[in-house]
Amino acid sequence: MAKLPKPDELIKSIDWTPPEKDWMDDIPPEIKPGRYCYPAKKNIVEEIGFPNPRDWSPLDEDWKLPSNFREIIIEGMKDRLSKYRSFKVFMDICVRCGACADKCHYFLGSGDPKNMPVLRAELLRSIYKGELTWQGKLFGKLAGARKLNEDVIKEWFYYYYQCSECRRCSVFCPYGIDTCEVTMMGRELLHLVGCNINWILEPVRNCFKIGNHIGIPPHTIKEIIEYLLWDIEEVTGVKMEVPFNKKGAEILFVTPSGDYFAEPGIYTMMGYIILFNYLGLDWTMSTYASEGGNFGLFTSHEAMAKINAKIYHEAERLKVRFIIGGECGHMWRVKHQYMDTATGPAPKNLEVPRSPITGTVFEHAKSTKMIHVCEFTADLIAHGKLELDPSRNDKYVVTFHDSCNPSRGMGFFEEPRYILKHVCNNFYDMPENTIREKTFCCGSGSGLNTDEFMEMRMRGGFPRANAVQYVRDKYGVNMLACICAIDRAALPTLMNYWAPEVGVCGVHELVANALVLPHEKTGERPRTLDMRQQPLKPEEEENA
Amino acid sequence: MGAVFALVTVLAFVIVVYVGVGIAGLRGLFGIVIPYAAFLVFLIGMVYRMIEWAKIPVPFRIVTTCGQQKSFRWVKRSRLESPYNNFEVVLRMILEVFAFRSLFRNLKAEIKGPNLIYGSYKWLWLGAIAFHYAFFTILLRHFRFFSYPVPEPIQILDQIDSFFHIGLPHLYMTDVVILAALTFLFLRRLADPKLRYISLASDYLPLFMIYGLVISGILMRHFFKVDVTQVKEFTLGLVHFHPKAPQVGVIFYIHIFFLSALMAYFPFSKLVHMLGVFFSPTRNLANNSRAVRHQPAPWWKKPKFKTYCEWQEEFKEQLIESGQPIDEDCYEKK
Repeated sequence: MAKLPKPDELIKSIDWTPPEKDWMDDIPPEIKPGRYCYPAKKNIVEEIGFPNPRDWSPLDEDWKLPSNFREIIIEGMKDRLSKYRSFKVFMDICVRCGACADKCHYFLGSGDPKNMPVLRAELLRSIYKGELTWQGKLFGKLAGARKLNEDVIKEWFYYYYQCSECRRCSVFCPYGIDTCEVTMMGRELLHLVGCNINWILEPVRNCFKIGNHIGIPPHTIKEIIEYLLWDIEEVTGVKMEVPFNKKGAEILFVTPSGDYFAEPGIYTMMGYIILFNYLGLDWTMSTYASEGGNFGLFTSHEAMAKINAKIYHEAERLKVRFIIGGECGHMWRVKHQYMDTATGPAPKNLEVPRSPITGTVFEHAKSTKMIHVCEFTADLIAHGKLELDPSRNDKYVVTFHDSCNPSRGMGFFEEPRYILKHVCNNFYDMPENTIREKTFCCGSGSGLNTDEFMEMRMRGGFPRANAVQYVRDKYGVNMLACICAIDRAALPTLMNYWAPEVGVCGVHELVANALVLPHEKTGERPRTLDMRQQPLKPEEEENA
Repeated sequence: MGAVFALVTVLAFVIVVYVGVGIAGLRGLFGIVIPYAAFLVFLIGMVYRMIEWAKIPVPFRIVTTCGQQKSFRWVKRSRLESPYNNFEVVLRMILEVFAFRSLFRNLKAEIKGPNLIYGSYKWLWLGAIAFHYAFFTILLRHFRFFSYPVPEPIQILDQIDSFFHIGLPHLYMTDVVILAALTFLFLRRLADPKLRYISLASDYLPLFMIYGLVISGILMRHFFKVDVTQVKEFTLGLVHFHPKAPQVGVIFYIHIFFLSALMAYFPFSKLVHMLGVFFSPTRNLANNSRAVRHQPAPWWKKPKFKTYCEWQEEFKEQLIESGQPIDEDCYEKK
């Protein structure tokens, strides 16, 4: 693994001035350690059934591409140009105005000019022009066209796995050109010749075969949750329940496996469990559809649909009335923008989501029949259905990281903030150019949250972390709340590197801290511990 | 390099016209044949591009949301940045097309010491809006050559544009604005190393062609004056399909040639962004994909996946051991 530079060294190494050499001639790229992900293992590629499984490394001279890789890619490109209007239009209309150039976190943190969104798209656009348009064939480089060769494939692999599909550039583009679409197409094309990364494909394989990214079999899921139930009992004194695969339950709850697998996600998971038990919901989790997240989205549209389809299938089998989805970023991009079209329409037993507690009908989800757990909770709070003691979170000064996908793929800004403002007393937003639709990626999105990619993760996460530093220094922020499982996995490392002393949590962890259970209200057993089993009020502990 | 190529191309255009009209006297070719041909290419080309795009499906509703979604009544939503229905989409598009909304958001990042800061940076927006509106106004103004009698709105526009009565004939404000805007748009490509790096010859060429068009127009009005009566006779002739090439200075033909070149170039270059912006799926769709099902593309197939029953068979032992229910329906069906 590559050595990570120290934060101050890293900042000093950032230079946004591109080299003199023409970018088209600057291939193959120098594949730097810490900036690329390990390729997918042969057996994984085989099991998924993708082409060209083999042992290889991006550092090799010979990438063992199929001999007809040019035809494969060009045909694949033609095919996608005829299937996705986005792809075709985005290839045709960019004017290279440069508005997007300094909007990409990977560019801001690395200074590598091919991380400017405009150029990232141009890597593909130049081949589109050179191989498929008469203008490009006639005028070549003058029209920004070039021919496909092995070095271009290497360049694509390097840079399409240095894009986290966060869509920040798309906000600033005068035509809404969305680099995420371009990266998706780039990755789909790379799959055709067997260039992919293990950190994405192994979870995809696990999802196909077992049911979740991590590959946890059904009995282990139950065991893990039971551990969490013990922890909950430790904290609250109440023995709670999580129903599994329960037919006829009212609600199917789906959340990313990261929430029940690792810290600090598990505390968010405890949060959901406490909330649902407090309300006495008739709910169930599924050990079959045990993954809310969807690394298929980072693979291909087909893989995304294949993973997502299990959710409706399970909702139909269990005859639930509607679905609640946990806190997860890319999961919600899928549930909001793809699910219905790709795997719908929703099974007939599903009804328009209606909160059994408040009676609120979620009209805006009347077709997918699936709501975000933050929508569910915000509605409860708005109706005064939750007894909350925000002072229990007083040791935290909280800020909120808008995850890319709910922000720019859904417009999900107020609901989580509304909850946070009711469950804690100290909430401060980061500077306005770094939040909401202008939010910065954690640096590890779209399946890049792997250790071998660490330097690029810290570089890409620099803009986000820098804004956290700002509120840490100004308001004493020590807790970064988020609604994304990848964030919860990636941000602690990022904070550790750039903004030490800032923790990371899910919104529902804070909800559960503040939620006053009936027996606590009577003073029977006052709450002294938070979800992490740390004292709620550290100073009192010390004084005592 | 790209800039040099574009400059040489544009100079070559001037020479071609100079030789063609000034020396060889090919007024019919440069005044009638080329402009008609270019206009035809423009029209057919633009329609072709639109049909080409319109034929491709939009498989998913991939709106880029730049504001709060519609959820609860008590949450203020952003109709313009996260439109929920087609009417709101139209409003969003109007703002995008007429006010360059997204460009207006532009920021400039800067590293100061250990801090990354973002300043508002509206220059690009200003330059772009000045350029596009000046160009549009100039285009409208030119309708006085193609109509008789000149409609009143065009006359009024003309009067407003030359309001300051500088020189004779009066100087048009839009001429000044477009020159300034073009210069800004050109210089920023050279001055900013990032932009220089990404700029292609095909980014400089349209700028220079428009420069040529504007400068030849200004020269014709203020310096090498041409006989306006003859010109108008000619342009009206073009409209009524019996044009007669006028006996006026070469500068007029240079002007016409730049216009022709630009029209012919338009549909096959980045200039199609004029139409493309209307086809952009991140902007022209409503953010209501959970409420209204976006119909799948004709080519889309529902995926095959491991069904629950297949999965249950595989994990049956573990399910039983851990006390998870076995779905008997899986067996009944068989």
